Amino acid sequence: MITYLLCFILFLVGLYGVITRRNLIKIAISLSIMEVSTFLFFALIGYIEGGRAPIVNPAEPNQVYVDPLPQALVLTAIVIGLATTSLLMAVIIRIYRKYKTFDIREIRNLRG
Amino acid sequence: MNPVIPILVIVPLACAFLSMALGRFVRDLPKYFTAVVMLFLLIASFYSLINIGTGLSLYKVGGWEPVNKIPIGIYMVLDGYSAIMLCIISTIGFLSAVYSISYINRYTGEKYYYALFCLMVAGMNGVVLSGDLFNIFVFLEISVISSYALVAFGVEKNELEASFKYQVLGGIASFLILFGIGFIYWKTKTLNIADIKEAFKTGYDKTFYVFVQLLILSGFGLKAAIMPFHAWLPDAHSSAPSPISAMLSGVFIKAVGIYVIIRLFFNMFVISEEVAILITSLGTLSMVIGVFLAIGQWDIKRLLAYHSISQMGYVILAVGTGMILISRGQNRDIAALAITGGLFHLINHAAFKGLLFLNAGAIEYRLGTRNLKEMGGLSARMPVTSATSFIASMSISGLPPFNGFFSKLIIVIACVKARFYLLAVLAVIVSIVTLASFLKLQRYAFYNKAPDKENHNIKEVASPMLFSMITLGILCFLLSLLAFPSLRESILQPAVDILMDTDTYGLKIIGM
Amino acid sequence: MTVIVKKTTQIVAGMIFLYGAYVVIHGHLTPGGGFAGGVIMAGAFILVTLAFGSDFLNLKKEEAGSTATENISILMVILLSVIGLFIGAKIFFLNFLPKGTVGELVSAGVLPLYNIFVGIEVTSSIFIIFLALVIYKEEEST
Repeated sequence: MITYLLCFILFLVGLYGVITRRNLIKIAISLSIMEVSTFLFFALIGYIEGGRAPIVNPAEPNQVYVDPLPQALVLTAIVIGLATTSLLMAVIIRIYRKYKTFDIREIRNLRG
Repeated sequence: MNPVIPILVIVPLACAFLSMALGRFVRDLPKYFTAVVMLFLLIASFYSLINIGTGLSLYKVGGWEPVNKIPIGIYMVLDGYSAIMLCIISTIGFLSAVYSISYINRYTGEKYYYALFCLMVAGMNGVVLSGDLFNIFVFLEISVISSYALVAFGVEKNELEASFKYQVLGGIASFLILFGIGFIYWKTKTLNIADIKEAFKTGYDKTFYVFVQLLILSGFGLKAAIMPFHAWLPDAHSSAPSPISAMLSGVFIKAVGIYVIIRLFFNMFVISEEVAILITSLGTLSMVIGVFLAIGQWDIKRLLAYHSISQMGYVILAVGTGMILISRGQNRDIAALAITGGLFHLINHAAFKGLLFLNAGAIEYRLGTRNLKEMGGLSARMPVTSATSFIASMSISGLPPFNGFFSKLIIVIACVKARFYLLAVLAVIVSIVTLASFLKLQRYAFYNKAPDKENHNIKEVASPMLFSMITLGILCFLLSLLAFPSLRESILQPAVDILMDTDTYGLKIIGM
Repeated sequence: MTVIVKKTTQIVAGMIFLYGAYVVIHGHLTPGGGFAGGVIMAGAFILVTLAFGSDFLNLKKEEAGSTATENISILMVILLSVIGLFIGAKIFFLNFLPKGTVGELVSAGVLPLYNIFVGIEVTSSIFIIFLALVIYKEEEST
C-alpha cells in the first residue's frame, strides 16, 4: 500500500514542478517526471505473490507468472511519452530563437 | 463481425504515409489524394449510419473469441452514437481538406500538413470506434500529438507560444487519464468497457469510485475545454491555420472530449447523483463565463474560440440534466429529451462553428489582419463570405428558421419540464448575449464603412474555399429538419437509447 | 572530434548495431522486441553522426534516405495486417504463417516479421528526430 502512495507523491512532485518553475526546460523535465511515476504505478499493479517474469519456459509447466498485460501497456505508453517529449523539445528550441529567452514570464505575447 | 469498422481507421493512416512517400515524385499528389480519401470516408460513414439502425455492430481485432464468457482481445464497437460522430468527423474533415487546397499555398512544407491532417482524422476515428479503455488512450494520443504540430504550423512567435501552452496542459491531462485507467484496471482486472460495467454493478468501494470519476472527468474535461480547464483554448484555436481551427473547434473537442465523457459516464460508470450535479454546474459555469469573456474581444478568431467554450457548456448542461434525472430514478422521458437536445446541439455546433472559422480564414487570407477595428465594408466586395457569415451568426444565436434555434429550444423545454428553472433562464440569457456579440462582429467586419487606407486587391476568394463555405451554409438550413419527429426517430433516437440503456448494454456486447 | 573518438567509433558502432539487431529478431523469445531494439540501432547511427559531423556526412541526404525508409516500413506493417482481411477468415491482424514449436527462432507465425519492420521504422524515426534538431541548429548559426 505504501508503494502506491509513493507513486502518487512522485506525480504530485512533478505537478509542483510544472506549476512553479520559470525555466522552459525545467517545465519539460517535470512533465517527464510525471509520466515516469505513472509507468511505475502501472508496473506495480500487475504483481502477484510469488510470481516470476512472464516468459514461458516449456520445461516447467506449472508456474505462477506476474500479470503481463500492464507491462505491455507501459511499453506502449513509453513510446507515446517519447513522441510527446521530442515535440515539446523542438518547440522549445524554436521559441528560444524567436524570443531570445528561456524565462516563461517574458513569453506573454498572447493576452486577454 | 463488420469489416467496415477497421477500414475507417486504416485508410486515413495509410493515406498519410502514402502521400509522404509518393509526394516527392508527383508534385501535387498530397492535396488531391487527401480530398479523395476524405470523400471515401464520408461515403463509408453515411453507409454505416444508414445500416446500423438501432443495433450494435462489433469487431474483435485478431479474432480472439471470449474464453469462459470473459472478453479477451480488443473490441471495436459501432452503434448509433458512434455513427453520428463518424458522420460529423468525415463531413467537416472533407470540407476542411477541400478548403485547404487553396489556403495552404502560403505556407512552406505542404506535404507535412496533409500527412498530419490525415493522422488526426485517423486518431479521431479510432477514439470514436473503440470499445476498450486503453485503445481510447492510444488513439487519443495519436490525434492530440498531430494537433500539437498543426497548431504550431506557421512558425511565428504567437503560434509557438500557443502550441507550448497547449502541449503542457494537454500533457498533464494525458497523464491524469493514464492514472485513472491504472486505478480502474487495479480494481476490476479488465479493460473492456462492457466488462467493467458488469464488474461495477456487483459492488464497489465508494471513495475509490468518486476519486476515479474525478480523475477521468479532469483529464477529459481538459481536452474538452470545460471550465476551469479552458485556458489553452483561445490561444490555440486562434493561432492555428484556419481550416485546422475549424477542425479543432468543430470536431476535435467533441470527438476526444465530450464524446468520451458521455460514453464513459453513461455506459461504464454507475451514475451517482453528486457527480451528475457537479457535471451540470461545470456546464453552466462554462456557458455563462465563456460568453461574457467573449464580448470584449477584438480579434475575430479569439472571439469565436471563446464562443466555443460557451456552446460546449450548453451540451454539458443538457447531458448533465439527463444524468441527474436518471440517477434519481425519475421520469425517463424528460431525460431522453434532454440528451436528444444535447446531441442535436453537438451536430449543429460542428456545422456553424466550422463555417464561422472558414469565413474568418477567408477574411484573413485577403486582408492579412484579424483585428476587427481594421476591417469594414466587406459585404460589397466579398458577397459569398458575407452571406454565409450572416447565416452562421444567426444560427449560433438561435434565431428561427436556422438550426441553432431548434436545438436550444429542445434544451430549454427539457430544463423547464424537469423543474430546473434557473438553468432555463440562464440558457436564454446567454443566447441573447451571444446574439449581441455576433451583431458586433457582423457590423464591424462587413457593414461598417471601409477605413481610410485603400486595399485594392480585395476580391472574393478562390473556388475551393467557396465550395466549402456554401456547402456548410446549406447544411445549416438542412440540419434544422432533424427536429421533426420522423427524422429524429431514425437518427437521434437510437443514439439516446444506447446511452440510456444502463442494464443490458454490457450483456449485449459480451454475448455477441 | 579527436582521432581517438573517431577510431573508437569506427570499431564500436558496428557492434552496437549488431546487438540491436539481435534484440529485435529474438523479440518473441526474450524481452525486447521492435521498439527497444530499434532504439539501440538508432544509437549506432547517432554515434557515427556525432563523431564525424557534417564535415564527412551530407546531413540532408541522410534525412531524405531515412524518411523514405520510415515510410516504406510503415506501409509494410499496414500491408501485413491487411493481408489477413483477404485470405481465409476475414479478420484483421490475423496470424497466418505456420506457428512452430515454442522456443524456436522460426516460430510464432507472423510476429518476427512485425518486430523487424517496427524495428527498422523506430530506428529511422529517432534518427530523423536527431537530424532535424541538428540541421536546424546549423542553419541558424550560419
